Amino acid sequence: MSGAENNIHLHEMFHIAGGNFTNAGSISSQVKKILKEAGFSSRVIRRTSIATFEAEMNVICYASRGNLSLFITPDFLKIVVEDEGIGIPDVDLAMQEGYSTASERIHELGFGAGMGLSNIKNNTDGMILTSKFGQGTHLEFLISLEGEDKSVPLLNAGG
Amino acid sequence: MTVSDIVKSFGLKIRAGKNRLDEEVRGGYTGDLLSDVIAHSRKGNIWVTIQTHPNIVAVATMKELAGIILTGGREPDSETLRKAEEEGMPILVSSLLAFELTGKLYQMGISGMG
Repeated sequence: MSGAENNIHLHEMFHIAGGNFTNAGSISSQVKKILKEAGFSSRVIRRTSIATFEAEMNVICYASRGNLSLFITPDFLKIVVEDEGIGIPDVDLAMQEGYSTASERIHELGFGAGMGLSNIKNNTDGMILTSKFGQGTHLEFLISLEGEDKSVPLLNAGG
Repeated sequence: MTVSDIVKSFGLKIRAGKNRLDEEVRGGYTGDLLSDVIAHSRKGNIWVTIQTHPNIVAVATMKELAGIILTGGREPDSETLRKAEEEGMPILVSSLLAFELTGKLYQMGISGMG
């Protein structure tokens, strides 16, 4: 793992403001743009965009603030999202499709279907979710680049 | 069947993406909860919804949908239009409610299975 961590070709961090629905989705579109410009396959871009979108929306809906970091390595993409907020009292329950604690306002905007975390799980190759109730949530997920065309310039620059 | 065929059949108003109407429609999905649409819609689907905010463009683009139809005469937010033009995502408006429009699309041969 330390070898892979030393081989990070890009690390970008984005700040997410909780409750800011006006700019909702802007971080995931920035991540998508970076991956597109780097030349990743549409499959990698789609899976990463979906998982990042859901993670971003979770911070906006449930936390007061958070940071989302994107790491690009030759073998995988890694996203880490840390937030300060109410946290998740029961992570296993939250992972169940359809379970949601969203408010009426969140529902009206079309969020809070209780599918976000399972969408993240279904579009990634590994996911870790931990939370301290009343403090915040830590989410990490990986998108494997196995079988992908490694001629992406970003992966070869300075490598 | 293309997005353009659907526009003509139901007299939909074109609000964005008029250059992308020749896209082939493969099935459809109706829903207003974005994560549900992310989970269940498929590439090439036409999406029927009442949501009008910019994130519908993000969802439709991520899932490579053929277009979005807003029902009940709802109009997209101006930021939604800007994003839709940027992404080339058709946004259409129907005066019909979601159930009626979905039923008519189904009768046209657009199934939910894509």
